[in-house]
Amino acid sequence: MITDTIIKINQLNKTYHTELGKQIKAIENFNLDININNFICIVGPSGCGKSTLLRIIAGLDSASSGLVSFQGQAISKPSRDIGMVFQEYSLLPWRTVIDNVSLGLEFNRLAKQERLEVAGSFLKMVGLEDYAKAYPYELSGGMQQRVAIARALANNPQVLLMDEPFGALDAHTRILMQKELLSIWEKNMKTIVFVTHSVDEAIYLADTIIVMSSHPGGVKEVINVNMSRPRDRANPIYAQLASQILLMLEEEVTKVK
Amino acid sequence: MSKNVTNVCIMIILPVVFINIWFYLAKSINNTVILPSPAMVLQLLSHPSENLISMGSLTNNIFVSLLRVLAGYLLAVILAIPLGILMGYYAKMFILFNTFVGIFRPIPPLAWVPLVLAWFGISSFATFTGVERGILFIYLNNLKFSMVFIIFIGAFYPVLTSAIYGVKNVKKTLIDSARVLGASESDIFFKILIPAAEPSIVNGMRIGLGVAWMCLVSAEMLPGSLSGIGYLITHAYTIARTDVVIAGMICIGVVGALMDMFFRIFEDKKFKWQRLIR
Ligand SMILES: Nc1ncnc2c1ncn2[C@@H]1O[C@H](COP(=O)(O)OP(=O)(O)OP(=O)(O)O)[C@@H](O)[C@H]1O
Ligand SMILES: [Mg+2]
Repeated sequence: MITDTIIKINQLNKTYHTELGKQIKAIENFNLDININNFICIVGPSGCGKSTLLRIIAGLDSASSGLVSFQGQAISKPSRDIGMVFQEYSLLPWRTVIDNVSLGLEFNRLAKQERLEVAGSFLKMVGLEDYAKAYPYELSGGMQQRVAIARALANNPQVLLMDEPFGALDAHTRILMQKELLSIWEKNMKTIVFVTHSVDEAIYLADTIIVMSSHPGGVKEVINVNMSRPRDRANPIYAQLASQILLMLEEEVTKVK
Repeated sequence: MSKNVTNVCIMIILPVVFINIWFYLAKSINNTVILPSPAMVLQLLSHPSENLISMGSLTNNIFVSLLRVLAGYLLAVILAIPLGILMGYYAKMFILFNTFVGIFRPIPPLAWVPLVLAWFGISSFATFTGVERGILFIYLNNLKFSMVFIIFIGAFYPVLTSAIYGVKNVKKTLIDSARVLGASESDIFFKILIPAAEPSIVNGMRIGLGVAWMCLVSAEMLPGSLSGIGYLITHAYTIARTDVVIAGMICIGVVGALMDMFFRIFEDKKFKWQRLIR
């Protein structure tokens, strides 16, 4: 397989200026090349800058310094090529589920019939075809997040950024969704950057795991997961990898105190 | 069912008590100029299309008043909503307009009267459009600029404020998620900001219409006014027809409450999502 870089992050720095005049270094000297069709998982302690990183890649926030590029072009604004599933719920409450899923297609001026077909097929994929006409407030938190995933996928982006998308799901649904996501990824061959708090989830999903250091956020360690899929959680390599990453995270969390 | 009956009973307790006290007072005062009896007023209200004190009927005057209020109100809405949306979304627009608009806000609509009269006098939309005869002339001539302006001022601020805050309070994640889906700036406006701010904007429109209606009497006291429910009241006062005054007041109250009710029903239906949102 040819490995081309699709996203390049070079010496990225991000400093927030609070209203009290304080400066918060969220990200410092972050370097990473993301190869096309790779599944990247980012783990790191809370507040280490994971969401900030994704927002910069998505073009929603700008870097304080450094360069982030997509296919060789500097990212300056959001585009359809880079989709994102947010940590918070982000569905439009006044639209039905199906109309939420077809939102991106509407922005892309697709004909209504086609929109409904595409949106319907993605809704089916996340197992919510029976809820097409429901409103977001009629759905549980986990269901809403699945709709958000369908919405992002329906837009057919080249890179999909996911910010703790399964955080609100119960253990069982979570595992089902992980499998589902992998099969979508294998079918469509997209590049996925996936933030998670769960080390287990990262090992199950990722080609490459990025462990972030905290305050300020940077790359602490890059770990390639060399296990064939579907991965067996009973595999000794799995457990060994997990304890290795947990140790690193522990270091980062205690460092803060 | 029985719950509804109970509610209706509770609802009419105070009006019944009120009308009884009124009856009693009117009887003991026994002077229809100070306080006419409810029966006299009811007599007027039950024949709303009868010509009163040679000024036309209640319905006719209400209709003229409604036209005036609608003209001023529509102008206010047409200006305040786009301005409010822009001010809510673009920080620079907010800074540009906020102080300027804010200085005029505390000035009561009535305080504009001398200036408005100096500007517009008794010119009307008939003067402006050049219509000089016919039924259209009668209606247009009743729409005095000065009245429309007073009503406009009253309705403008509630609508503006609610549009600004409606847009300002739109969850940032909604806008961000539209952006990453490839929304253009006009998509953001028409498919995210406006629908999200709509409940707040419509609420402001309801309050604005209420204020516009309340400005009516003051507007119709201006020179050049020879009709309208507000004018009917002031004119009835000068000829000591207190029963007409009260009937007119009741009409103002009922029409205002009805307009408010229609808005509320519309809000309840259209913005169900907002009440149920978690
Ligand atoms: N708009 C902002 N203004 C000021 N500081 C901010 C802002 N957004 C984030 N920060 C700060 O930047 C740092 C990184 O925040 P970020 O949301 O990226 O963390 P995170 O890794 O996603 O955390 P979590 O896992 O809890 O979601 C935090 O210290 C946070 O306080
Ligand atoms: Mg986060």
